Amino acid sequence: MSITELAKEPMVLTDPMLPTWFRVQSVRRETHDTFTLELAGPNDGGEFSFAPGQFNMLYAFGVGEVPISISGNPVTTDPLVHTIRAVGAVTRAMQKLKRGDLIGVRGPFGSAWPVMDAVGRDVVIVTGGIGLAPLRPAFYHILAHRNDYNRVVLLYGARTRDDILYRDELKQWRGELDLEVEVTVDSSVGRWRGNVGVVTKLIPRAGFDPENTTALICGPEVMMRFTIQDLLNRGVEKKNVYVSMERNMKCAVGFCGHCQFGSKFICRDGPVFRFSDIEDIFGIREL
Amino acid sequence: MNAASMNALLAEHPFFNGISSRYLDLIAQAASEARYEPRELIFHEGDEASEFHVIRRGKVAIEIFTPDRGPVAIETINTGEILGWSWLIDPYRWLFDAQAIEPTEVIAINAIQIRESMAADAVLSNELLRRFTPIIVARLQATRMQLLDLYHVDN
Repeated sequence: MSITELAKEPMVLTDPMLPTWFRVQSVRRETHDTFTLELAGPNDGGEFSFAPGQFNMLYAFGVGEVPISISGNPVTTDPLVHTIRAVGAVTRAMQKLKRGDLIGVRGPFGSAWPVMDAVGRDVVIVTGGIGLAPLRPAFYHILAHRNDYNRVVLLYGARTRDDILYRDELKQWRGELDLEVEVTVDSSVGRWRGNVGVVTKLIPRAGFDPENTTALICGPEVMMRFTIQDLLNRGVEKKNVYVSMERNMKCAVGFCGHCQFGSKFICRDGPVFRFSDIEDIFGIREL
Repeated sequence: MNAASMNALLAEHPFFNGISSRYLDLIAQAASEARYEPRELIFHEGDEASEFHVIRRGKVAIEIFTPDRGPVAIETINTGEILGWSWLIDPYRWLFDAQAIEPTEVIAINAIQIRESMAADAVLSNELLRRFTPIIVARLQATRMQLLDLYHVDN
């Protein structure tokens, strides 16, 4: 199955610039500033197909529109799930939404994690902060097709114990005998008995075969930079490292140029890139 | 554990990879096994740094005690890692507390003996500094990244 097949024809979109109204089914608090919206499409839901790593443009009526990665399960696509960090006017307005409220959705847009190309290989997922949200669909896909992959490693870093996203799911995944899931926090006071330190510290002792590894990385750009370096130091090839980039996306279809990244548009060519394809521009500060 | 077994145990560890058998013997003679229970202090800030440890199994938190927040964990050291480098640097005092947070088995190496040997043997001194420096640099780099507070967003 190809990524194209994974992302079947989207349910509602005929005009990519026209939002479709979805209804809020639930709002779940994840951390003090992060929440998850479950959305049902018109006609009581129905399929909303997407590929892991893609994003939607979400529109808070009268406030504005923001790009948000899809963080739900691509295998069971109803409802549509977005985990959002309240950091600006639009996302704070979304935080106040209640069950039954309406929200505009355009999408899905963008490239996807290479979950099909990784079949038969070790998969190492390294993520930090809310970067776990765009990677969760890829992890769901891998779990649903566990026999297609060799070793599966998830390394997750959060700011503090209270900032850990999807805590219950992480506990469940850690309990699986054929997954390696490690969580670390940057700062710890009190009763946390887990790892303390940056997420890159987990890489040297993670169990994977570098020559047969596909690595998926999402987090703040500085974190991704050091993660890439540590993965390369362990012997993972650049062509097998994938990152999800973030820029100021507006139109989501490559027209407006707000998210231009060198010769590429994050919204259209990304957000997921093979590192070897963007290596030359990844370190350019002006971009 | 006899000297030969200790020697073999140390030889398996990546930290000692490639070190000459003469030096491995010398380090093995300064080594002993120890075990720490959860919450047991392995060393205390300000005390003499008289040992360093190879973590065979377990997890150790490096902590700073603060009057208002209690112990703050800076990082954790896990199975296979090396704990402690203050013994290398004058005034040879621990800069942090180290507390086991899981049942932890270590090989404790008498740093006073090793320091004396290093003072008398520049090659040994170079060997150990060459092995400890990347550990110190990696921890410095990790601390810098922690200082960046990467996941924090100003509202």
